[in-house]
Amino acid sequence: MAFLIIDRRQQGKQKSAVNRQRFLKRFKKHIKEAVTDAVNKRSITDMERGEEISIPKKDISEPIFHSGKGGKQHRVLPGNKEFVRGDRIDRPKGGSGGGGGGEASNQGEGMDEFVFELNQQEFLDFMFEDLELPNMVRKQLKDSDSYKLVKGGYLKEGIPARLNVVQSLRGAKARRIALGGAIKREIRALEEELDELGEMASERRRELEYQLERTRRRLNHIPFLDDFDLRYNNMIQQPTPTTSAVMFCLMDVSGSMTQDIKDLAKRFFVLLHLFLKRHYEKTEVVFIRHHTKADEVDEEEFFYSRETGGTVVSSALELMKTIAQERYPTDSWNIYAAQASDGENWADDSPKCSELLVKSLLPLVQYYAYVEISSGKEQELWRAYDAVTDQFPDRFAMRNVKEPADIFPVFRDLFERKST
Amino acid sequence: MSKLIAEGSEWTFQALEDFEREISRIASDKYRLDTYSNQIEIISSEQMMDAYSSTGMPIGYHHWSYGKQFLSTEQRYRKGQIGLAYELVINSDPCISYLMEENSLTLQALVIAHACFGHNSFFKGNYLFREWTDASAIVNYLLFARNFISECEERHGVDAVEALLDSCHALMNLGVDRFRRPRPISPEEEKERQKEREDFLQRQVNDLWRTIPQKETEPEDAHPRFPSEPQENLLYFIEKNAPLLEPWEREIVRIVRKIAVYYYPQRQTKVMNEGWATFWHYNLMNDLYDEGLITEGTILEFLQSHTNVVYQPDYDSPYYSGINPYTLGFAIFSDIRRVCENPTEEDKRFSPEYAGSDWLDTVHYAMANYKDESFILQYLTPKVIRDLKLFAIMDDDADSAISVTAIHDDYGYRKLREELADQHNLSKQEPDIQVWEVALRGDRSMTLRHNQRDRIPLDEDDTKETLKHLHHLWRFDVHLESLRDDKLHRVYHCTDQKVWVDAEKGGQSQKSD
Repeated sequence: MAFLIIDRRQQGKQKSAVNRQRFLKRFKKHIKEAVTDAVNKRSITDMERGEEISIPKKDISEPIFHSGKGGKQHRVLPGNKEFVRGDRIDRPKGGSGGGGGGEASNQGEGMDEFVFELNQQEFLDFMFEDLELPNMVRKQLKDSDSYKLVKGGYLKEGIPARLNVVQSLRGAKARRIALGGAIKREIRALEEELDELGEMASERRRELEYQLERTRRRLNHIPFLDDFDLRYNNMIQQPTPTTSAVMFCLMDVSGSMTQDIKDLAKRFFVLLHLFLKRHYEKTEVVFIRHHTKADEVDEEEFFYSRETGGTVVSSALELMKTIAQERYPTDSWNIYAAQASDGENWADDSPKCSELLVKSLLPLVQYYAYVEISSGKEQELWRAYDAVTDQFPDRFAMRNVKEPADIFPVFRDLFERKST
Repeated sequence: MSKLIAEGSEWTFQALEDFEREISRIASDKYRLDTYSNQIEIISSEQMMDAYSSTGMPIGYHHWSYGKQFLSTEQRYRKGQIGLAYELVINSDPCISYLMEENSLTLQALVIAHACFGHNSFFKGNYLFREWTDASAIVNYLLFARNFISECEERHGVDAVEALLDSCHALMNLGVDRFRRPRPISPEEEKERQKEREDFLQRQVNDLWRTIPQKETEPEDAHPRFPSEPQENLLYFIEKNAPLLEPWEREIVRIVRKIAVYYYPQRQTKVMNEGWATFWHYNLMNDLYDEGLITEGTILEFLQSHTNVVYQPDYDSPYYSGINPYTLGFAIFSDIRRVCENPTEEDKRFSPEYAGSDWLDTVHYAMANYKDESFILQYLTPKVIRDLKLFAIMDDDADSAISVTAIHDDYGYRKLREELADQHNLSKQEPDIQVWEVALRGDRSMTLRHNQRDRIPLDEDDTKETLKHLHHLWRFDVHLESLRDDKLHRVYHCTDQKVWVDAEKGGQSQKSD
């Protein structure tokens, strides 16, 4: 009988991709909630994995008409051990259908949640969604596309600047040996014969001398360096983040900062961190929180501890300056700073802040971003910083943020600068 | 002993070919298995998950529910909660079988015997498949369906198509004519019908009839009920009669209905189909061993896999998830052979029709002419009941406890047979819901009727949700009357705005006629 064996392994791997997308789209609301939860729960240095999402089974069920509980249900079951006809068994309490009723298998699996894995790509997509990042930036965040050139062997063609002298001469010498060997042997033989003939002038001697002369000329015709010998260094692009970066997260934790504001600030920090991670080999994060005085803290405390009291922003800037000078010398570290605040500050302190920024901090940093999260009009700090923008337009940015979508513009300058 | 096909655990394409050839030889010469030609496709585990989520179809239209299926399979597979099937086989001509690349050589041989000969011959031979499905056309039809639906998506938007498909899927199980099948009429019948027509014409021309005065009849039936008889095929009824559906919507309803019909035989023959395939892989592999074509190592590995396949956990085991169709089917087919070859006194009493007859004829006959329900009713023997230690219980909500109604004793055999058959009878397991009436001259509302069997009600939450889907298709009010012992028990209503249930219209009896 005719038959056929087909190897399909190479084709059509992602057959379900469309259906998968359809599913994600349909349950966008649920998934986004879960992603938001995850973003809030995770450390900001840990945003690059997928996430297990669970959706209540009820919400994704596909209903059909089917029988419910009650009435007279007949069942046949295997593995009888002790029952005889007429036995009466008490209904198991609790469980649906119960161990006695075969329904247990159909309904009582006890799975109330539909659980599945969102991969990293999809996770970031959902996370960025309400940040309204342009596609190009999303892409930049998702794949590392900074390259450095490394040596990768030699090429026969290239630009003069990449000429490798040692390799070229070595090749030339080898070629000369290879081509000249036979000729030299010939010369030696002729010379020996000449020696044997002695001083006597003869027909033979003249002939030998003529030959020797010709052969020597042949040897001289082998070029010292040929086009053929030239070798050029080959440079290949290797995707690598360049060097190290440190990111200072500064946040006001005084009483006026609510959890909502902090969550928004967290998104902002996450985004900056992801960006840095793409561009630098090594990234460190320093968390500085402040009210009237500043502390360096760990992430947990940074986002979730509550403090009350007034606000002296300059304390945080002082601390950042100290830490940067002690631990992160600018010759080996790129320093980024992100400050989030509701803009309230001790009135006398604001001029001091802008002075600190201009004099000590901005010369150190690559980029300093300030977001003011407030719905009202500009606050104290904003006015003080406003002047700074003019002096350092390329490394200082500030924005007023009311909702997640406002965060991105803060980065726009930064990305534009990096991608050119 | 150079007859050996292959050794070791790695399979090669050559080995697969050899196995196919040898098994094919034994299957057709010795066992008269008639199959479609085979098309074996080697796929990776990821592709197997793809195939799973499209319910085994090589081509399927896009729908989120398949994505859901895929995600859940993937999750459970990655966590090690489930293994993937070794194979998947499609009722098409040629019969396509998917084999996983991870399978060992032994497993591939098992799978070839199981799918390419077992299932394949069942698809070709069983009467349900012959009547309901067209193996040669299915792949083309699915291709058409996929293209048509994606065209609709382009033209009318993904969301509209998705909502429509959701609604159709909700009613998919009610898209089949369960009780009526048009069958080809025999020449005698044809002759009789012709005669009837002639008689009728004869009566028409008899001029005498005209002379009889016409009685003034009250046009009492001026508004005949619609549909004139209750309709069980909801999707068909909607496709033909839903007032506001666009032509493309009707076509999609039709596509879902056609696919439901295609699956209908499979849903009715799980036990038989798997049992038949298992029975044959068991026999074929043993024959290969007897002929010296496979080694002892291979046959032992095979036996281990086979044992896993037919494992039946007891009802109180944490692994219990219903009666394993492989176990039951394999046990019954094997026992048919035993009863034919070595009948005991009991068998002669219990199964006189085939005890002592030719076993091959008997299993072929059984395969071709039964479905799960009738197969169990006919062939479940006391020995199988004893081996599986089956017992029947009744859980009556009017009673304080569950009672055991039959066990594996002389009294219980027949009862167990009937109850197990009922348990595999789709038309008894699924609620009996029919289109009862459409208010053609009123608000165009549709009324369905559900007849409760053994006082078993509908699941309220899901019924409400499903009614919303029905409303989405019908686009006018929908009512569902659930009858208990011919009395209204619950009435569900679904309008544009809301769904609700009226409980127990006590005593208001409505005889259904």
